Amino acid sequence: MKRTGLLQTAGLIGLIAMATTATAQDDSQLVVNGEIEMVTDAPAPENIGGLKTIYSGWRFRQSEMQALQTDDFENPGAYAIDEGVEMWATVEGSEGKSCASCHEDIEDSMAGVRAVYPKWNESKGQVMTLAQQINDCRTEQMGAEAWKYDGGDMTSMEAAISLQSRGMPVNVATDGPAADAWAKGEEMYYTRYGQLELSCANCHEDNYDNNIRADHLSQGQINGFPAFRIKTGKLTQTHNRFKGCIRDTRAETFSPGSDEFVALELYVASRGNGLSVEAPSVRP
Amino acid sequence: MKRTLILAAALIGSGAVVSAQTVSPDDVAYDEYGSIEVSLSGAAGDPAVGAEIMSDRGQGNCVACHQVSALTAAFQGNIGPSLDGAGDRWDEAQLRGIVADAKMTFPDSMMPSFYKVSGFIRPGNAYTGKAADDTFTSLLTAQQIEDVVAYLATLKE
Ligand code: HEC
Ligand code: HEC
Ligand code: HEC
Repeated sequence: MKRTGLLQTAGLIGLIAMATTATAQDDSQLVVNGEIEMVTDAPAPENIGGLKTIYSGWRFRQSEMQALQTDDFENPGAYAIDEGVEMWATVEGSEGKSCASCHEDIEDSMAGVRAVYPKWNESKGQVMTLAQQINDCRTEQMGAEAWKYDGGDMTSMEAAISLQSRGMPVNVATDGPAADAWAKGEEMYYTRYGQLELSCANCHEDNYDNNIRADHLSQGQINGFPAFRIKTGKLTQTHNRFKGCIRDTRAETFSPGSDEFVALELYVASRGNGLSVEAPSVRP
Repeated sequence: MKRTLILAAALIGSGAVVSAQTVSPDDVAYDEYGSIEVSLSGAAGDPAVGAEIMSDRGQGNCVACHQVSALTAAFQGNIGPSLDGAGDRWDEAQLRGIVADAKMTFPDSMMPSFYKVSGFIRPGNAYTGKAADDTFTSLLTAQQIEDVVAYLATLKE
């Protein structure tokens, strides 16, 4: 009898704590360089049952950090764009080609590409991330060596390509041939990994807008990636973020570029369908 | 196969610090509500040590998820309820059960199981991201659980 009462009380307190998750930190709107209006909240996609509204990670940051992303002269991640654009025109490999040899102007050929990745590749018969596609062009088209999946060169190239989609809505396909990978990613999202037995959903779905020690939890969206992290002082790729979040559950984590992370990326990207591509974003 | 090895190793690992009365994680008797009647270490807990364990990021780090007014630890989280008054709401056996394995009291709770060594998915070697090896132990020792329980019992309103 007494126990039941106690349990109910604890449950109610829990509910109150949960109720505060209904709104993101503030209603600020993100406009970059005074012209690109970003969508930082949107109705959740229909196949994402756990959320009603999706929010960009930007909405959970403090105003000083938010401000850094409003102007490319302030954005500490902007360096990578110049690096990426320079590499775009750099000839490498046995075929004597650069990216530009085939794709010409990055601004035209890469517009909208980031927004639909990861994407099913018919000739390969698999879902591919942007990084995998870039390496495929290097090895198969240029006769050049693959870049390290999460190395600096790859991250800068990803940033330069992503920039060409900045402000466009994320719109990855989750059905058709991509459905299997998406389902695998969804299962991972709800798996309670590691000695702490925590799933992505425990933190980023059930508790976004709550604090875990000093960290203000966001929905763990990837529309801002690659993201400049103030903590590490460099641009970080999606898979590196995933790797760290799983490691922090005291789990054996997965490797960047692994099949598991490709599937997880597709699924997490789809949770952000409708938010603007923000890369390069600025995050803690 | 791998899991059995880890488990066996963990048992041997904690064996080194185990006294005669210590109940090992796999032998803990929870009642149907998730309570544990007897001390896991066979000894009483020290509330002052318990307070430290609760604030320390490398140990219990309970304040990552709970707010406790009596603790000075910075940046207390709000994932779980405030623990103020926990000593009024729960008796010692209930508190011991919650701290050792909260999922026995609150099914599917997000709260980690602090006195458990088996049944994990991809258990790691602390925060290295690598697989668990023969150094794997429960998050807290039997005596640390008792110290935390002793501190929680002092949280009265
Ligand atoms: C020899 C020509 C060639 C070169 C050089 C080349 N690519 Fe490609 N790239 C292609 C072809 C062909 C495709 C379509 C491949 C497919 O669908 O499998 C493609 C596709 C892509 C895509 C996917 C576009 C989409 O809409 O899905 C990206 C991104 C890309 N390349 C980036 C690069 C980058 C970055 C470089 C330089 C490091 C590069 N490519 C060099 C020929 C090339
Ligand atoms: C213990 C809680 C916890 C778990 C479990 C967790 N994360 Fe995170 N994650 C964080 C914290 C804290 C941050 C930094 C603050 C924020 O943006 O939420 C973060 C940040 C992120 C970000 C960056 C968001 C942005 O806008 O910069 C992504 C993406 C992410 N997590 C994905 C995941 C995925 C995928 C999983 C599951 C494999 C996961 N996280 C599991 C705590 C967690
Ligand atoms: C990852 C977050 C998390 C951590 C870390 C955590 N807890 Fe909890 N705890 C919870 C949640 C959530 C609840 C609410 C119970 C439920 O799941 O319904 C809870 C419930 C409790 C309760 C019962 C609530 C009440 O009425 O007072 C106690 C006592 C408690 N925790 C103690 C601890 C102690 C002691 C530690 C550290 C050894 C700890 N917790 C670490 C999340 C956490």
